[in-house]
Amino acid sequence: MNELIFFVNKVLVSGTVLGSIYALGAVGVTLIFGILRFAHFAHGDMMTMGAFVTFVLASIAASMGIQTFWPTGFIVLPFAMAIAAGLALGIDRAFYQPLRQRGAKPVTLLIASIGVTLMIQGLIRLFWGVEARSFFANEPKDLIRIEVPFEGVRPIVISEPQILLIVTTVIAVVALHLFLTRSRLGKGMRAMADNADLAKVSGINTRQVIRATWVIAGGLACMAGTMLALDVTLKPDLAFNIVLPIFAAAIVGGLGQAYGAIAGGFLIGFAETMAVFNWSILLRPFRQSWPDWLPFPADLSLVPTEYKLTVAFVILVVVLLVRPTGIFKGAST
Amino acid sequence: MSLIEVSNVSAGYGGTPILNGVNLAIESTDIGVIVGPNGAGKSTTLKAIFGLLRVSEGAVLLNGRDITNAEADKLVPMGLSFVPQEFNVFTSMTVEENLEMGAFVRRDDFSDTLASVYEMFPPLKEKRRQKAGELSGGQRQMVAMGRALMSQPKLLLLDEPSAGLSPRYMLEIFEQVIKINKSGVGILMVEQNARQALEFASKGFVLAGGKNRFTGSGRELLDDPEVAQSFLGG
Ligand SMILES: Nc1ncnc2c1ncn2[C@@H]1O[C@H](COP(=O)(O)OP(=O)(O)OP(=O)(O)O)[C@@H](O)[C@H]1O
Ligand SMILES: [Mg+2]
Repeated sequence: MNELIFFVNKVLVSGTVLGSIYALGAVGVTLIFGILRFAHFAHGDMMTMGAFVTFVLASIAASMGIQTFWPTGFIVLPFAMAIAAGLALGIDRAFYQPLRQRGAKPVTLLIASIGVTLMIQGLIRLFWGVEARSFFANEPKDLIRIEVPFEGVRPIVISEPQILLIVTTVIAVVALHLFLTRSRLGKGMRAMADNADLAKVSGINTRQVIRATWVIAGGLACMAGTMLALDVTLKPDLAFNIVLPIFAAAIVGGLGQAYGAIAGGFLIGFAETMAVFNWSILLRPFRQSWPDWLPFPADLSLVPTEYKLTVAFVILVVVLLVRPTGIFKGAST
Repeated sequence: MSLIEVSNVSAGYGGTPILNGVNLAIESTDIGVIVGPNGAGKSTTLKAIFGLLRVSEGAVLLNGRDITNAEADKLVPMGLSFVPQEFNVFTSMTVEENLEMGAFVRRDDFSDTLASVYEMFPPLKEKRRQKAGELSGGQRQMVAMGRALMSQPKLLLLDEPSAGLSPRYMLEIFEQVIKINKSGVGILMVEQNARQALEFASKGFVLAGGKNRFTGSGRELLDDPEVAQSFLGG
């Protein structure tokens, strides 16, 4: 029974947490691709940047003596998202828009975004150094134990930020869904992703749609980055390391498909946690009745933790071989 | 002053110009039909009017107002609507969402216009929750025209609305075009089914090599032996 709880803690909770972070990042990547037709390589660093914005706001709040029941990082998150959205708009205005206006090819924009990656990472190191920081230096990270109704069995353990993270992700996904299906601008965004020329012909203000895309992608990136930093620690290469699974999630879900990116994010998040989970733990209850001639397996994880990134890569390759447009039919370009 | 006046327009896609001095004028009572061989620049003419490619010479006037090289999202509120030749519906969106996108520039209540489009094309009402990409060619063309009508245009540009359709659908589309025109909307359309279209056209333009070769009423072009010989297949 304890083994099952261990499984819930290690796979169900971790997978949901990781999946939420990937999903929020991948939605931004997929929206940007749908509207601007280029792979925004700097998206991971937008996440890191957003996390630092939150960190700064949280520090300011702490220095003003604001202490609440909730982790300060979550309280300031809406403000941080607004700032991050503004920064995303600024980055587009400064680096991508001039290229677009000159009719640059998508590959040019991709390379420009690699430049933006280096720039953001450099700026963060310049201002905050390279050390890891914690949102919980001055406040406790509450652990919530959910007791299970069995004698002598350990509780399910989930931290407060993890619960908030999952709840916030659900809220963000529902809000995004309502925006894309109910609002005029959201529908215009889907129209432009579907057929940019026809969107223009219909009189849709494509510049406005592009701005909305950056606001949403930047805001969600800030949310995802902050959650990652709340779950682990904040460092300059925080999200750069998860660019691969995020892109894999967006591609697996079908580029340009918001719902696909969310599904892809959770798929990859769960696949990664399951691949590194040591399945032999689930065999332990049967140790007594284990046949002598068969050595008891000590480690049954599919890949060592250090190779977690390969999981996203393998899924990506398999999906592209079997269904090149992604699970949800996405853009093939 | 004409509803639309295209005077001496030259335009291209960056390389050599495709249009070399196109002239045409349409009133709101007119159905103008552009005919001509493949690659003559018929689609290019409509795109040039709609600001989708750069006009290097000449001018486009809408009600006397210079709209040369204006952005499309400015032209729609001024009363111009365009149904492109290909890729003219949002395939991943429902029929109703397609129509809503046609009304994107409107801030008023457009439910009346929506109802009148459904009245004009009854199959669309039935399929309004279906994705436009799942419809037949003829029904897609209805979605495309319906979308263009949602902004309540004064001038409707149609690029080969009957292309690839069965004769039954072609006649239906033509009938609707005539009806739309009767309601006070000027029409400028490109047609491959030249004879049928010129029958009801009040103005006809033969375009070849990026220039007008003949201009006249639909009847005049049909009766002109040279036009019939060279451009209408004898
Ligand atoms: N996007 C484009 N870029 C470059 N050249 C183009 C483009 N579109 C069309 N052309 C060229 O412009 C010329 C005129 O094309 P256009 O589409 O206007 O012809 P059309 O009269 O509409 O012919 P069709 O009957 O085949 O539709 C052709 O030579 C075509 O190759
Ligand atoms: Mg054409």
